[in-house]
Amino acid sequence: MAESYSVPRPDVPMPQTRESKARTALTRVGFDFKGHGFRGLLSASVGLSLFALFFLLYGVTSDGIPVLAERGWDFLSSPLSADPSRTGVWQGLKGTIQLVVFILVFAVPVGMASAVYLEEYAEDTWFTRFVSLNIRNLAGVPSVVYGILGLSVFVKFLGDFTGGRSVISAGFTLSILVLPLVIIAAMEALRAVPQSHREGAFGLGATRWEVIRHQVIPYAMPGIATGIVLSVLRALGETAPLILVGAVSGFFTTGDQNVVEDLQGPFTALPMLIFSWARQPKAEFEELTSAVIVVTLFVLLLSTLAAVLVRNRFEKRRQG
Amino acid sequence: MDDSSSSSMPGVLTVTDFIGDRRRLRQDKTVRGLFLGASVLSLGISALIVISLAGEALTFLRQIELSQLTDIGWFPRRGMFDVPTLLAGTFLVTGLAMFVAIPLGLGSAVYLSEYASPRVRTVVKPALEVLAGIPSVVLGFFAFTVLTPGLIQRIWSDAGAFSLLSAALGIGLLAIPLVASVSEDALHSVPDSLREASYGIGASKFTTVTRVVIPAAVSGIVGSCIVAGSRALGETMVVALAAGGSGGHLFTTDVFNSGLTMTAAMASLATGTDAVKGSAAAFQSLFFVGFLLFVMTFVVNLIADRFVRRVRQRY
Repeated sequence: MAESYSVPRPDVPMPQTRESKARTALTRVGFDFKGHGFRGLLSASVGLSLFALFFLLYGVTSDGIPVLAERGWDFLSSPLSADPSRTGVWQGLKGTIQLVVFILVFAVPVGMASAVYLEEYAEDTWFTRFVSLNIRNLAGVPSVVYGILGLSVFVKFLGDFTGGRSVISAGFTLSILVLPLVIIAAMEALRAVPQSHREGAFGLGATRWEVIRHQVIPYAMPGIATGIVLSVLRALGETAPLILVGAVSGFFTTGDQNVVEDLQGPFTALPMLIFSWARQPKAEFEELTSAVIVVTLFVLLLSTLAAVLVRNRFEKRRQG
Repeated sequence: MDDSSSSSMPGVLTVTDFIGDRRRLRQDKTVRGLFLGASVLSLGISALIVISLAGEALTFLRQIELSQLTDIGWFPRRGMFDVPTLLAGTFLVTGLAMFVAIPLGLGSAVYLSEYASPRVRTVVKPALEVLAGIPSVVLGFFAFTVLTPGLIQRIWSDAGAFSLLSAALGIGLLAIPLVASVSEDALHSVPDSLREASYGIGASKFTTVTRVVIPAAVSGIVGSCIVAGSRALGETMVVALAAGGSGGHLFTTDVFNSGLTMTAAMASLATGTDAVKGSAAAFQSLFFVGFLLFVMTFVVNLIADRFVRRVRQRY
């Protein structure tokens, strides 16, 4: 039935007698079962995915919101404790912020520099192609593997400098993890800059660096900024490398320390708290885990909002 | 600049005027060198991964007898390093996850690229991106607190509190946006002229999408599935939380009960470090499994890269 609705394929010779059939098939108004069925299936897959998303968000946050409502600020500012009614996420929040600072200081400048080199300076040689292939591959390396790298290089080999299982080791590990992501995002943003912008500046006698500095980067900045934020968001949620590098899964105290001792000492981060509390046998910790998830998702949401604002700002300046 | 002043006729430019002044050229060269250094750093990272993992993996292989690699199960603390146990768990979880992610992800991609109105797109696309941005540890928590009791144990009443299936469903959810976004890119890059030609000879929308657009984008679609598979192979936190099996597991292909994947084995070796330290081989096995996983995902990623780039180059 439905088959007659579509036109015979042009490569199949159409016998004379079918000409009239084809005409009626083309002009007939009927119900296209196949088309509507297909569309229905596609809509169902979108619907199911979205339903899963909402179910997921509801499922992981519903138990935590009462805890947050009851504990309020106290939950955010208290240190870790084995007592579920007193424990808080302060050290995790602090660790996560420190890790983000590490990424912004190390991965972002190196990543941008690398992207600028590959997009603007490098000629299309086998070496350039090899470097970009390598970067794309690094982006697909599982995060646990970066964790092992961090364990053997930063925790063991450079232990005297990093203090072993410390936020320094984790910061460098996560920086290495997000570096390829930053490079790829920045390269894509640079590729979108119209060639005429570069040619105009070259025509006025600018050197390549001046073209990049004053024409290319300002134009590509909204895209680069978005890419950086997405990479940071990815790093915020990473847990596996932290486990390998040895974030603390129990509780620890942070007393009066100087900055270096603090950076070289034990640490934890928000996703690590989710992991370790989810494995706690005490029933109260299930609600607490949900509460940390709410805090973590809130941090992610805030960063995303910040990214949108920054992006719009850069875009406005570009249109100027 | 000083060279041009030696030119006798004022107002006449010579070649030297176009070379630019030395300070600016030197600056350009310095920047170029520095940025080249930044690019080479990524090669260094790859080399570091290969050298440190391969070296430690070799040390591990030297410490044990090869028969220990095919034992009855993976119990590192008792000197049983059965690789098939880990591989079976890994492939079961990855396969099941793809069973969830590929239909839903592809369906969403085709819908968004070919059917959705601009208004629907602006709502659904960011929503899928939100799903992509949820940390995997959260999905792990979801899998074992919500999916296991709420879905899996209701359908299969003999399923355990921890199961490979639960982990697979969690990873499947996580991979949906990955499949969707890469395939949507591929479908989107199919030129409109192909669609118009198809409509022009009287084809219906269904025929156009299934016989023209999807075949034209097929290499990108296949690529997206492989990318998602590679991500599922390396996913750690969902399995570590939802599949149980920390500390060790017997060889199993029963997805309704606990099991162990390569990644989960690594996570549990690392969380129990203090206990493991006594046996050097157990700790060293971490690097061996890591190297194995690295090699596997490396090969898969290379294949996916070829597919994804083919569609980009064609159009």
